Amino acid sequence: MTGEINAKEMVGDIVQVIEENKAWLSEIDGAVGDGDHGINMAKGFSMVGDGLDEQPDDIGSLLNYVGMTLLTYIGGAMGPIYGTFFMKMGKAVKGKKSIEASDVSGMLTAALEGVVKRGGAEVGDKTLVDTLHAAEQAFNKSVESGDALDKSLDDMMAAAKAGMESTKDMVAKKGRSSRLGERSKGTIDAGSASCYLILKSLGESIKRYL
Amino acid sequence: MKKFVNDPNMVVDEMVEGFVMANKNVRSLQDARVVARRDAPVKGKVGIVTGGGSGHKPAFIGYVGRGMCDAVAVGEIFTSPPANAFYHAFKAADGGKGVACLFGNYAGDVMNVDMASEMAEDDGITVKQVIANDDVPSAPKSKEADRRGVAGEILMWKVGAARAEKGGSLDEVIASAQKAIDNTRSMGVGLSPCIIPAVGKPNFTLGENEMEVGIGHHGEPGIKKMDIRPADEVAQMMMDIILPDLPMKSGDELCLLISGLGSTPLMELYILYRKVGKILEDKNISLYRSYVGDYFTSLEMAGVTVTLMKLDAELKELVDMPADAVHFKQM
Repeated sequence: MTGEINAKEMVGDIVQVIEENKAWLSEIDGAVGDGDHGINMAKGFSMVGDGLDEQPDDIGSLLNYVGMTLLTYIGGAMGPIYGTFFMKMGKAVKGKKSIEASDVSGMLTAALEGVVKRGGAEVGDKTLVDTLHAAEQAFNKSVESGDALDKSLDDMMAAAKAGMESTKDMVAKKGRSSRLGERSKGTIDAGSASCYLILKSLGESIKRYL
Repeated sequence: MKKFVNDPNMVVDEMVEGFVMANKNVRSLQDARVVARRDAPVKGKVGIVTGGGSGHKPAFIGYVGRGMCDAVAVGEIFTSPPANAFYHAFKAADGGKGVACLFGNYAGDVMNVDMASEMAEDDGITVKQVIANDDVPSAPKSKEADRRGVAGEILMWKVGAARAEKGGSLDEVIASAQKAIDNTRSMGVGLSPCIIPAVGKPNFTLGENEMEVGIGHHGEPGIKKMDIRPADEVAQMMMDIILPDLPMKSGDELCLLISGLGSTPLMELYILYRKVGKILEDKNISLYRSYVGDYFTSLEMAGVTVTLMKLDAELKELVDMPADAVHFKQM
């Protein structure tokens, strides 16, 4: 179990990491898409940052607020997908200020199920599902084998990174880049990259309260 | 980048502001980035809504008006509008008979329209949809459902909206719009890229003498890159791909839409039209109605899309109905 988490700081860190990586996300998106993933994500998350102070303090409400904001403002495919991602995570830890391994597991599983249902992507389609699925599997496996939460979070973040990197050699099957077929190989998927940044930021935040 | 912009992140908002100032028959909404007919919702008429990313002027907002769209959800450049914008467009368009959302096949648009439709259902507004998939080179014949929607969307709106103006029910509007797009095929060829203001550099590269055959409306790569050929050969190549896909046969009548992609002069569009017309003449296919101009663009991209819609008595009647949209007027 963690101590009481400063959830606004946790969300604020995600806002910052997206802003810092805006150019990189757009650059990898540009290889197979229209090169605006970083811009759109940064726009959505800066709106998240703008309204953060007025929100309640618990983790569930804040994650739900992030989801609603992205859904309302960022458009594209990422609005509904990350909107669903954060709203489902928020629902899994409704009203909580400190969390334990089963909560993190619930967040990851709910986010994965929600995103798969909304976007229809499967593992191997070169999407953020490749990052999220790897992270969820690694976390649950670590928890089941009796690891401490900090070890499970480390495993989750490492698997998220590997999941992101696995998209490099994949052929895109969903979204705009899927029209490229073989030409979509050679670059990691921009959504899988932003998903890694978000999961890493969340993992590091939670670790600080252990 | 040499463009008439202020803050590159504000181009869509500033465009909408100017558009509404210039055109008294339309208004923008406060709650979301939506442009609607000033007199919407029209009581007793099925509402026609579309939406999509910006950068395709006059699509999508130029098609707001009587005989075309009642409300349009406006997205960032080449990015689907958020669900919230579609939801407010549905509310602005619903005159009590439901809303037909007629839009193009892009992952973001599909998800946002679905989520917005669920939100509207909670308010008691029925929303049904038709997804345009007229871009032939974007997926093979057996995978039509994967194809993108391009300039054929305009003919889908025209037909669906005309059915709505004639008092059609929501199901009748959906059926007519679906029939229109099922009989429509398009294909694009790109000659130069475009620059999204907030990105600041071209979205793809082409050699000095190269063209992208089968290009998408956001610069998506097509079937192949090849050296530019004379206009007649380009027209022939496009028709060789589009015509067999419908297919068209001797005696058919069609509507032809040739749209520039942004910076191709009208002169070149008519040079292409000339050859397309001759090809159709040779096949004894008659041109019932033609539209030539910048109808659906990709910022300042150079290039063209050719769109054919095979007509029957119903489609002819609906395509002939008057329209009074800002950038689509027909007596």
